[in-house]
Formats: sequence, structure tokens, C-alpha cells
Amino acid sequence: MDVSFALTGKGYVLVAADTTAAHSIIKVKSDVDKIKELSPHLLMAYSGEPGDTVQFAEYIERNIRLYQIRNTYGLRPQSAASWIRRSLAESLRSRHPYSVNLLLGGYDVSTYTPHLYWVDYLGTLAEVPFAAHGYGSYFALSLLDRYHDPEASLEEGIATLRRCIDEVAKRLVVSPGKYLVKVVDKDGTRVIEI
Amino acid sequence: MDSFVDQYSKNSATAEIRRAKEMFEEEDGMDAMWGSQAGFATVASGLPKFTIPAVPDPSSFLRLHTDDHADPSCRIKIKHGTTTLAFRYQGGVVVAVDSRATAGSYVASGTVKKVIEINPYLLGTMAGGAADCQYWETYLGIQCRLHELRNRERISVAAASKYLSNLVYSYKGMGLSMGTMICGWDKTGPAVFYVDSDGTRLKGDLFSVGSGSTFAYGVLDQGYRWDLTDEEALELGRRSIYAAGHRDAFSGNTINLYHVKEDGWEFIGNYDVSKMHYEGPNGVGYAYELRVQGKSSANPPPDATEVPAQA
Repeated sequence: MDVSFALTGKGYVLVAADTTAAHSIIKVKSDVDKIKELSPHLLMAYSGEPGDTVQFAEYIERNIRLYQIRNTYGLRPQSAASWIRRSLAESLRSRHPYSVNLLLGGYDVSTYTPHLYWVDYLGTLAEVPFAAHGYGSYFALSLLDRYHDPEASLEEGIATLRRCIDEVAKRLVVSPGKYLVKVVDKDGTRVIEI
Repeated sequence: MDSFVDQYSKNSATAEIRRAKEMFEEEDGMDAMWGSQAGFATVASGLPKFTIPAVPDPSSFLRLHTDDHADPSCRIKIKHGTTTLAFRYQGGVVVAVDSRATAGSYVASGTVKKVIEINPYLLGTMAGGAADCQYWETYLGIQCRLHELRNRERISVAAASKYLSNLVYSYKGMGLSMGTMICGWDKTGPAVFYVDSDGTRLKGDLFSVGSGSTFAYGVLDQGYRWDLTDEEALELGRRSIYAAGHRDAFSGNTINLYHVKEDGWEFIGNYDVSKMHYEGPNGVGYAYELRVQGKSSANPPPDATEVPAQA
């Protein structure tokens, strides 16, 4: 039931994820943060099998940090995405694969370019201008085909994200109540109030 | 033993069929009544008769032979997968549909007429079982004409859609599969009703039905306003079906576009989805890749010496 969106704009990536934790028909918690800040310029929204999600996200978070401690320089978004994909792909053929879908938003400070990666639990990796996971994707992808602008200002990007959230609120029966939105750009990552 | 019990039971499925058969036979004997119901619409039963398979449980019989989810080798494959939409606005009703028919993963046809022209003022859309929609909406057309002859007045969209919904409801549980929008213009102005084979009937401003409906809604909801101009409304209908044709594997090929105004419906045109993707209706393609051509999300500062390597 998780819903997550992400989209790129001029010099930034916006990542949004709903904040509900549910068990069958019950909302257990309504202010969950499902977007990890993996490094000063890398965000990861995760969704999927309860339990797997947080375990996997923390494993990734710690190892990205470990890499930076060992090498002084952290992984660039492309390399981080590639390593995370590989972790998922190796897990897939293990006895207990992680069932986790990801959206990776990063800003590459050396090329001044934002990058967004769509990753699923099978280890599919795709660099995309906008992305969605969960039931929200059925409504948001056609909408973003129509409205997404890679050169949109942050305000315009937020307005487009609002459209996605409003559309899902309007049409999806099991629509989530609240979203957490984070942005990554040249200045790092931060939460955005919408 | 079961069949023996069935023969005498009063409430089993078989008994119900027996009763239905007796009723049919009675109807057959009423040849003298032919045509005499004209002018007595309120007295006529209002529901048509239709033969059903002579087996103890017709609905499970039908399911056994049509459920290709459970049994891919089933004998009858019902055609599913569609995108249809209709919306009401200041200038009338816009109806837009795709033209793809699929049976499982096989594209059975790319030139299906999913708008059924019931009469010059009424349109019906087709989603779900193609045969069910085609047959019953044509049948609805006959009944609408009879209504005109009997009452010297065109049938309202509300009445026509209610006739259809009562009809499909009488077959509930027997395997009918249709999701349709009955659209038209009557005394009350433009009207759209959603009718499906569950028996649901809804009046509304905007509906989309079929496997691609979510993709169509994504574009349609965001662009919809009551005071759309005719050109804007037709473009919105076409753009929304394109979105579904692009994103939904079970929809596509071509778009059929209709406009209903006070003096009846008008066929606007047939548009190839691939052509809309690359060229659009007037030279500007709908494709995301074309719309953002040459744009970049990179934001190097003005004094950056190096050109971004992977912009």
C-alpha cells in the first residue's frame, strides 16, 4: 500500500513517500520517515515488505558511510545506485531475499547534475526523469508524462508533485493521508513542507 | 440422487430453470398478443427474455469455460482490456475510447469500434466483454426507439441508462461483463451515466472505465474544468486516451473521438496512438521525449570551468 514519487528538476531531485505504517487494515503509525539520507547528497525512499525495508535501508546506510570513512570521498550517485542494485540482485538469489523497492535521488556535485534512479526488489535499475512505486504509479506516471519539466524551478517541481499527491488522494481508495517530502540539491538534503 | 432431489425441490437452481422454462413456453403461446403491447409501456413486463444454458448452475458453467485466469486453455476467451472515457462540460459531452481488443496477452484486434451509436442522441461505450456490450447496447437502441414510438418523445439519458442497468441486473451472477457509459443530450442538457454489470448505475460529470482508466484519470482530472472550450475538451479527451494507450499494455492502437451537442452526437475522428506520440494532432507530438528535447536538469554555476560530463 506504500506510495512513493520522485522527480527531477533544474538542479534538484524531489522525493516523496507516504508516512503510514500499516498492518492489515490498521494504521499503526502515521509519521514514519521512509526516506533515508544516505549521504549529504543522496536520498533513498524505500517501500515493500515490512521488516525487510528498514533492515535493508540501514544496511545500505551504514555501508555507504563505511565507504566514505575508508576512502575519504563518498560514492557519487551513479556508483551508489550501482552498488545498491548489486546488493539487491545478490540478495534476490539468497534464501531470504529482501523485498524492497527503492527510489534513489542524488545530486552529483562534480558535474552539477541531479540523478534519479528507480530500483525494484528484483534488482532492476533505471535512471529516469521521474518515478513512482506502489499504487500511486498508476495515476502519477501518465500525469508526469504530461506535466514533468526537467528544467522546472523548485516551486514548479513542488507544484507538479502536489498534482501527483492530489490525484492519488482523489482517486485511490486506500490513499495515504500524509506525505514526507525531501529534496536533494547542491546545498544537500532537507525536508520540504507541503 | 442429487438430480432426483432436484426434480422435486422448489428452490434449487434446477427448479428455478424449470420454472423459467415453463414461463418461456407460456410466452411462446402468446403469438396473438404480438404488437398489442404498443402504447401500454407501463403494462409491458419491461424485461426481455433470454435463453440460458440448460445446466444446473449456468453461472458456474459459464465461468468454467471462460475463466482464462484459472485455466489458460479454456474454450471461450472473453476480450478484456480497454480504456474509455466520457465527460460532461459546458459545451456538451466528450466521448473518447481506444480501439484495442486483447484475449489474454494476444492483441486480437486494433480496429474495434468501442463507441456504440445507440441513436443520433445517445452513445454507449464498450469495456469488458465486447459481445455483451455490443449486443445489449444495440438492444437498448431498439428499446429506445420503441420508447419514442410509444411516447412520442425521445427517451432521457437517465431512463435509457436505467433500462440497461435493470436489464444487466436481472442477469447478475450469470457472467455478464460490461462497464459502460451512456452519454447523450436530453431535456436536462448533457448527461453521462456509468452502468456496469454488477448493477451499479452512477450519474456524473466525468468517468473513465477499463484497465487503462487510471492512466487516463491522471491526465483527465488534472486538465478538467467545467468551462473548457470545445477545442480544449476534445484535446483533453484525446490526450487522456493517448496517455492510457501509452502506459497500459491492454489499450492502444487508435483513438475514436465523439462530441455530443444539443443536436446530437458528431464523430470527430480516428487518431493513431503512435502518430499522436510522434506527431500529435497538429504536428506537435505528445511524447515526453519530444516535449523535453534539449532540456537538461544540470545546473552548473556560471563560473564552472568544466562542462558536466553526464548532463
